[in-house]
Amino acid sequence: MLRFTLRRLLLALVVGVAVSAIAFMLLRISGDLAISLAGEDASPADVERIREQYGLNRPIIVQYAEWLWRAVRGDLGRSLFYPESVANLIMSRLPVTLSLAGAGLVIALLISLPLGIIAALKRNTWVDRGALGVAVIGQAMPNFWFGLLMIFFFGLTLGWLPISGSDTWLHFVMPAITLGWFSAPVLMRLTRGGMVEVMTSDYIRTARAKGLPARVVVLKHALRNAIIPVVALCSVQFGNMLSGSVIIETVFALQGIGYLAWEAISRRDFPVVQGILLLVALFYVALTLLADILNAWLDPRIRRG
Amino acid sequence: MTTPVLDVKQLAVQIPVTDGILHAVRDVTLTVARGETLCVVGESGCGKSLTSLAVMGLLPGSARRTAAHMRFAGEDLLTVTPRRLRELRGNRMAMIFQEPMTSLNPAWTIGDQLTEPFLRHGKGNRREATDRAVFLLERVGIAAAGRRLGQYPHELSGGLRQRVMIAMALMCGPDLILADEPTTALDVTIQAEILHLLAELQREFGMGLLLVTHDLGIVARVAHRVAVMYAGEVVESGPTVTVFDEPRHPYTRGLIDCIPIPARSRPGVPLGTIPGLVPSLVGGIEGCAFRDRCAFATEPCARPVPVVTGAEGHAWRCILPSAVPSLLENPA
Repeated sequence: MLRFTLRRLLLALVVGVAVSAIAFMLLRISGDLAISLAGEDASPADVERIREQYGLNRPIIVQYAEWLWRAVRGDLGRSLFYPESVANLIMSRLPVTLSLAGAGLVIALLISLPLGIIAALKRNTWVDRGALGVAVIGQAMPNFWFGLLMIFFFGLTLGWLPISGSDTWLHFVMPAITLGWFSAPVLMRLTRGGMVEVMTSDYIRTARAKGLPARVVVLKHALRNAIIPVVALCSVQFGNMLSGSVIIETVFALQGIGYLAWEAISRRDFPVVQGILLLVALFYVALTLLADILNAWLDPRIRRG
Repeated sequence: MTTPVLDVKQLAVQIPVTDGILHAVRDVTLTVARGETLCVVGESGCGKSLTSLAVMGLLPGSARRTAAHMRFAGEDLLTVTPRRLRELRGNRMAMIFQEPMTSLNPAWTIGDQLTEPFLRHGKGNRREATDRAVFLLERVGIAAAGRRLGQYPHELSGGLRQRVMIAMALMCGPDLILADEPTTALDVTIQAEILHLLAELQREFGMGLLLVTHDLGIVARVAHRVAVMYAGEVVESGPTVTVFDEPRHPYTRGLIDCIPIPARSRPGVPLGTIPGLVPSLVGGIEGCAFRDRCAFATEPCARPVPVVTGAEGHAWRCILPSAVPSLLENPA
């Protein structure tokens, strides 16, 4: 297990560097940053000066190396609009987004695991079809629209929950439900599919032959095997939630990374955009690593790999 | 006479299929006395596996099970509560399955899976469970048993896994073991060892053993009594020696003629074969199910055939007046 973890860690490091390079390059090829910073009607001299000032005239590989060297030491440059370093800016916003995504994932699992398990056990009955209906509705609704519906109903009509800002935990309830609701269907379908397959397997018959109660058969013997693909998907979903938070945080005016990204993009604050890109990319790498380790823990057959 | 450990009367299993109802098991009556080995033989699809699954209450969800009674040590399994059934399963009656490769849970250690029934049925604490697991693993011929407890099924060969399954079935000291073709998926050399082991354990622990197999060679070696199944019915049953010496059903005779006997079955001389195919069990069958393949079939065979009972519990479902002679040219 330790050797497996170390190997995956090394692999994650390589992927992390590659991803950071791609993130860096992507921003550079999306347009001439000096021109977009200087504005449409800036003189060529101004553009040239900005290019000089931000080092944009040097070879891209040099720019990347320098940026990476600083980034490794925690220096992501300075924001062009906020009087703060990018690192500080991100760190101050990160807790909001992580809480949101974490709560979203918890809600997604709270919805999807029980529904998936029950749908699998009662497959082809009205319970199963009802769960499928929920899944279809959840996936078919754009999450910003679902968010707006919630704001309208729980925020404005009933007045139960605050509709914007990130001051108290109450502010996170609706955004987290919106995020979770959107992720739940795919997790639910995967849980159901896994459970349906596992429940007909020989070792479930063995477990029943031992005289174990249904609860133990389902939760100990079946779920552990059925949940392996779900775990992998969870980490991807968590990453999706981080990126999905751009929309949700904008809808609910939560001061998180997503909101910051949206602001930075619209203001062409490229050091911030770059920093967020790097952070989200590294999050994906870390989550994939976590999923691999969790999977190996759940499925002993993977550990040798 | 004491109560048999298993007493099944008129068991039927029906499975709905697309073009009707499959009568997979029809009117099966059998008993297993304490400390006795009953072999249920027949070709694939004759309902022998379903019979054992029906006893354990492990039939697939769509299957329907009916019987006059199905008593385990006097207790009718048809009417027990699900809770009582769980108390019996894995405890006083245990099952060994055909597929050792897939019958163990890949996500849990051998030790966890072995100790599970022992702990679940309140036979003792974790320490005692572990001791018992090690004792039984050693008893079924697994070396370094203590180390095996921490291993996962994928680290063990098929033969070892089947030994683990046997040890698991023995954990609670059951009165009855149902073994459903426990050696089919294994190498021939391992097959003999496992069967030998099962027969030995059956004697040692004085259990009833219901051994499902399609191999008559196995039956001859380990069974006290044998039940021959064909097309969902028991066509002949009785003490092994009697059934082998004086088969009263042509199907039994056909099966016996199929056994190659070393030093007697000569190269080039064909073994016995049974011509024709098993009839479809979808919808009902009138009369003897074997009559289309039977060399002795006559007109009355199309009518329902009563079960005839002879000496020593020998019973058969055939109207022929005497034992069926071998059809081989130079019978062994």
